[in-house]
Amino acid sequence: MSLLDLTIKELQEKLSNKEITVTELTQACFDRIEETDGQVKAFLTLNKEDALAQAKKMDEEGIDADQFPLFGMPIGIKDNIMTKDLKTTCASEFLSNFEDPLYDATVVTKLKEAKAINIGKLNMDEFAMGSSTENSAFQLTTNPWNKDYVPGGSSGGSAAAVAAGQVPFALGSDTGGSVREPASYCGVVGMKPTYGRVSRFGLVAFASSLDQIGPITRSVEDNARILEVISGVDEMDATSANLEVPRFRDALTGDVKGLKIAVPKEYFQEGVDDQVAEKINEAIDILKDLGAEVDEVSLPHSKYAIAAYYMLASSEASANLARFDGVRFGKRSEKADNMIDMFKLSRSEGFGEEVKRRIMLGTFALSSGYYDAYYKKAQQVRRLITEDFEKVFEDYDVIVGPTSPTTAFKIGDQIDDPLTMYANDILTIPVNLAGVPAISVPCGFHPENNMPVGLQIIGKHFDENTVYRVAHAYEHKTHHNKQKPVIGGVN
Amino acid sequence: MSKKITTEDVKHVAHLARLAITDEEAEKYSEQLSSIIDFSEQLNEVDTSNVEPMTHVLDMKNVFREDEPKDWITKEEALKNAPDQKDGQFRVPSILD
Repeated sequence: MSLLDLTIKELQEKLSNKEITVTELTQACFDRIEETDGQVKAFLTLNKEDALAQAKKMDEEGIDADQFPLFGMPIGIKDNIMTKDLKTTCASEFLSNFEDPLYDATVVTKLKEAKAINIGKLNMDEFAMGSSTENSAFQLTTNPWNKDYVPGGSSGGSAAAVAAGQVPFALGSDTGGSVREPASYCGVVGMKPTYGRVSRFGLVAFASSLDQIGPITRSVEDNARILEVISGVDEMDATSANLEVPRFRDALTGDVKGLKIAVPKEYFQEGVDDQVAEKINEAIDILKDLGAEVDEVSLPHSKYAIAAYYMLASSEASANLARFDGVRFGKRSEKADNMIDMFKLSRSEGFGEEVKRRIMLGTFALSSGYYDAYYKKAQQVRRLITEDFEKVFEDYDVIVGPTSPTTAFKIGDQIDDPLTMYANDILTIPVNLAGVPAISVPCGFHPENNMPVGLQIIGKHFDENTVYRVAHAYEHKTHHNKQKPVIGGVN
Repeated sequence: MSKKITTEDVKHVAHLARLAITDEEAEKYSEQLSSIIDFSEQLNEVDTSNVEPMTHVLDMKNVFREDEPKDWITKEEALKNAPDQKDGQFRVPSILD
């Protein structure tokens, strides 16, 4: 049993009782990373010196651990979240020299105020575009359960680091499933909060109407505790919601009696693996045994979500990524002798294939003569998808289904086929389009490839409480989250 | 199946997006973007007459704050990550011929 298997509550007790020091806990992360990251390759940048210095200072100050919600808690940060003075690359060649970010993202400021310790920056698909983390410009992250498989994406480094026990907690970002899908593939807990719950200030923008930062953890309770810290209105993000942040952990009663759970029939249709469906049905039976009422419902526009999403997300990305021009930061091509060529060559040399493809698609969809047919049409379908959810939520508390139609796939299997890769997100994308919160929790392993399966629980706008409550009740009954992968013979 | 997006279209879009692409890349993007556009044609099955386009999830408008000056970053800091600079300014290649 490693220190890194303990929950926030257990760790804080040990720190309070002086059974362990913050330095020991921080060092345990770097030891585990050293032991396993040669295979997993989750981290792009380690914050070792700074983290250990902070830990030492905290030990010397002798502050009571319970005065700060995340006192001494080690956390990994996805590399599209800005960290002052710590290299932030978005896993892009374009930002490979971005050594000195000038400010912290609001979530990072909040983690610092809660006295968490940043262990380092985690690999991802370049600019969060992808579902396997194979689009990183720097390294291939492998799935801790089997190194031949992808960890999912785009927050693949975050999910793999938590699954591998390198850090107990990490932050990811989720635009179309980028927290939940890798959490599902790596057998950990991943939450996408309601759009507006968490400030996006300092999250390098991909699709601003969809992006949300969310925690990836080993348990639902830890997830709730981290979300409490990072949530809240922020004057630096005008789209952050001016609502009080609940103590999400208070919702973890273990009781789901009488809760009304909807199961959309569309979430078990084309492309959903039979064994994945069976695991989800077993999970639904457990929720029934716990006293929840379960009915089948319909979200009729679900099948249009991928097409609408790729139009909208790519359009927003094409505008957001215009800032990467080689003038103020990032890499500049040395081949250009005029300004326009400098823009073009810097961007072409700095961006990978998937990023360019999406910029092209978005630029096309927004260009004169095509705007109504593609962009506006997608916005209209987005409303219909959102209304599907609203109708179901008139009668039900949560919606439950698979997080992804399959388990993790093998490295290299889908990377050459954009449309097949996009289909991995068919069950997570509608949630981003509607802006509602959803979590993925482990619900067992596929009998053929032994890879983890994730159960998705979707809630109403700003009702993370009920999502956590159902997730926690299920977790408490099954303990799937207690299983750990063996990496290179170490456990 | 005729391609929805020709290599000429691709080159035009690449120029708008400020991306330099080779002829081979134009060919590849023509195929890939055409198949993505083909795929997205399924949206036309959906009747969206009288459906208001959805631009944002939350029902919020005009979020105001006080317009007060604040200490933010210094000129030196702003230039810290610049690929090229001179006399406290960002330097770029010539804009005019």
